[in-house]
Amino acid sequence: MIAELGQFAIIMALLAAIAQSILPLIGAERLDSRLMAFGSQASLVQLLFVILAFGCLTQAYIVSDFTLVNVAENSHSTKPLLYKISGVWGNHEGSMLLWILILAVFGAAVAAFGRNLPVTLKARVLAVQAMIGVGFLTFLIFTSNPFTRLLVPPENGRDLNPLLQDPGLAFHPPMLYIGYVGFSVAFSFAIAALIEGKVDAAWARWVRPWTLTAWTFLTGGIALGSWWAYYELGWGGWWFWDPVENVSFMPWLMGTALLHSAIVVEKRNSLKVWTILLAILTFSLSLIGTFIVRSGLLTSVHAFAVNPERGIFILFLLAIAIGGSLALFAFRAPSLKAGGIFSPISREGGLLLNNLLLSTACATVFLGTLYPLFMEALGGGRVSIGPPFYNNTFVPVMVPLLLLVCVGPLLPWKRADLIGVLGRLKYAGLATILAILAAWYITEGGPLLAILGLGMAAWLLLGTLSEWADKIKLFRAPLATSWQRMVKLPGSAWGMTLAHGGLAIAVAGMISTSAWKVEDVAVLKPGETISVAGTDYRFDGVRELTGPNYQAVEGTFTVSQNGEFMAILKPEKRLYNVQKMPTTEAAIYSTFVGDYYAVIGDQVEDGGWTVRIYREPMVTWIWFGCTLMVLAGLLSLADRRLRVGAPAGKRKQGKRKQKSHQNAAA
Amino acid sequence: MRGLFLFAAVLLIFTANSNSVKAFEPDEILDDPALEARAREISKEVRCLVCQNEPIDSSNADLAKELRIVVRERLVAGDSDDDVKSYLSARYGDFVLFRPPFNTATFLLWFGPLLVFGVGGIGLIFFYRGNKNLKVAKPLSPEEEARFNQFLDEDKKTKSSNSGETS
Repeated sequence: MIAELGQFAIIMALLAAIAQSILPLIGAERLDSRLMAFGSQASLVQLLFVILAFGCLTQAYIVSDFTLVNVAENSHSTKPLLYKISGVWGNHEGSMLLWILILAVFGAAVAAFGRNLPVTLKARVLAVQAMIGVGFLTFLIFTSNPFTRLLVPPENGRDLNPLLQDPGLAFHPPMLYIGYVGFSVAFSFAIAALIEGKVDAAWARWVRPWTLTAWTFLTGGIALGSWWAYYELGWGGWWFWDPVENVSFMPWLMGTALLHSAIVVEKRNSLKVWTILLAILTFSLSLIGTFIVRSGLLTSVHAFAVNPERGIFILFLLAIAIGGSLALFAFRAPSLKAGGIFSPISREGGLLLNNLLLSTACATVFLGTLYPLFMEALGGGRVSIGPPFYNNTFVPVMVPLLLLVCVGPLLPWKRADLIGVLGRLKYAGLATILAILAAWYITEGGPLLAILGLGMAAWLLLGTLSEWADKIKLFRAPLATSWQRMVKLPGSAWGMTLAHGGLAIAVAGMISTSAWKVEDVAVLKPGETISVAGTDYRFDGVRELTGPNYQAVEGTFTVSQNGEFMAILKPEKRLYNVQKMPTTEAAIYSTFVGDYYAVIGDQVEDGGWTVRIYREPMVTWIWFGCTLMVLAGLLSLADRRLRVGAPAGKRKQGKRKQKSHQNAAA
Repeated sequence: MRGLFLFAAVLLIFTANSNSVKAFEPDEILDDPALEARAREISKEVRCLVCQNEPIDSSNADLAKELRIVVRERLVAGDSDDDVKSYLSARYGDFVLFRPPFNTATFLLWFGPLLVFGVGGIGLIFFYRGNKNLKVAKPLSPEEEARFNQFLDEDKKTKSSNSGETS
């Protein structure tokens, strides 16, 4: 009965979305305020029905209602409650419903927070948002219905893939989806602006916070996924250039470009056409990302669906969404007026260069991910594209970008004196040289490229810090003044400093762990010790464990350095009861300078156990840096919210805030 | 499920020092550390054909083990790294290598990024040129400057009279 209610709810949501995608558009054309206002009401109705449907499916998972195909195939009655709930989106149909739920939430949020938006723009934005909803709801109802019943329900379900039964992965998809779907708002704004034929600073002020929200969650989602891969897959890797990783990375790269170009539209009323194109491309990549993973085009852990009917539907949807929006862009963009002018060496010029490099990086990942598909489809044979390709193409694009990140914010708008700006970075430059020498000394002249890479990260961090010190006049004014200036720095300024600093820290972690990772494999009997990179790991033995839905063998290692005790590591090897799938649960002792990582494998004939030990220098810096970036996004958003609620001249406080921000940014 | 069979070159150093520690599946590991290190580098660029996007270096499939042994056999026979790779791609096709070969079919793949950058760069140059044409602002004449300053002064006055209200 509850499943039927869910079925009814998604159909009602589809009807609401259809009405929402048509009536407000007509209203905006005829300036009929009632039809325009309908968009807001419909988006709320749509959201309520989608929440109802999602609630119904969640209920079915919690009570293990195996009369539903979806639940029977992906759940089991002995699964812990957390994974029963996360199991709702741990499969194709449920994840599509989650996607639609987030889309509806964003739509309703635009309706709720968008009181100050020009009415026609708001109506059109909501209509476009609903069109996306129509596409996805149709897809859900006709090809991926989660409420399909089974005539003969099984006694118990087939359980969720054990790799996905993990806290990290329980929250990875929702965060990723908030990121993907968040870009839909930027997309809807872009399409609405094209229909309207008008893009101004107010438009950019609206698009920025939504893009920032999406970017923040996407950053968090990708970082969570990579952290999960690191501790769950059991060999200490954190990024594999796997297609499913790449498809989430592409919207991130494009979204980062969009975030930066929207600043130019907002502050200088320039780069409007380019920003609109970026918004369309970013969301298109999100769509491609969702569908490529879902359609099973690239088979891996993530691709749960292998179904040609769905594939055709997906291609059709992509063609309409991407082709349609690009056609509209080609048709309408020339009518948008160009804004302020600037010289190549200027803040705008710097942001534009950032966009060029990020787009190139994104194109590289795009080619690497989809080229094999196209080649095979065109009969060109099969190729594999892996890390060697990206090391040769992606890395060279990122290097200049990372080197320039800390220069950009020092450039004034319109026209800049490059020599003068570089002069302001002389201390950062000197400190970078010292850092390189220190790294060279510590690593005993280790790989030169890696040391220079660390230097690059140091330059990025130090340059960012010196820009921040510049802003608050540190050491150039009395400390009290600097403190005053620091306290008064707006959230978005803090956001930039934190995000760039976080990037530097993450890059340093990536380089260190790639260059100086040490790994060892051995067969150990209880009591034996293995020494890896100067650290001793004594294998104390194993014991058997029984989890809620798995059996496990747990090994114990005593880690010590020069006879000094450091930690106890207890890696597990689990066998899940239902799917009979073994998984490794690595044990990790994290420190500031690196991780000590142990994995226990199979028992061999002579009674010893296969043991894998990894030493991962500075690996946690990657996720620490990413956390800083997420924090930066949130801080910057906290600032924006004040401004979004206060369009020019309406509220004094908001205006003052905005002014101080502009001063800080100038 | 990656990484079930990793072989560190460093491993040899420790196994040499300790009798109690045996390398896992020692039959695969070569006696010559230099050759073994090369074998591992190659293994990282060779795809396990039955796995999903996994190099033979970290795969636990039987085929991966076979390929690891083949790589080592070729190295012992005196092949160069490239020889080993071309031997493998002759037998299994380009699909077996994670570094796609450079040929007419993959031309766009390898030069695509450069192409995007080039086209974008040229677009930028045109954009800035167009900008320059718009930017023919003449300097102010003395009279204009006087009027401008007058406006500024007036603006300041109105601002200071309003300031009591705003703060």
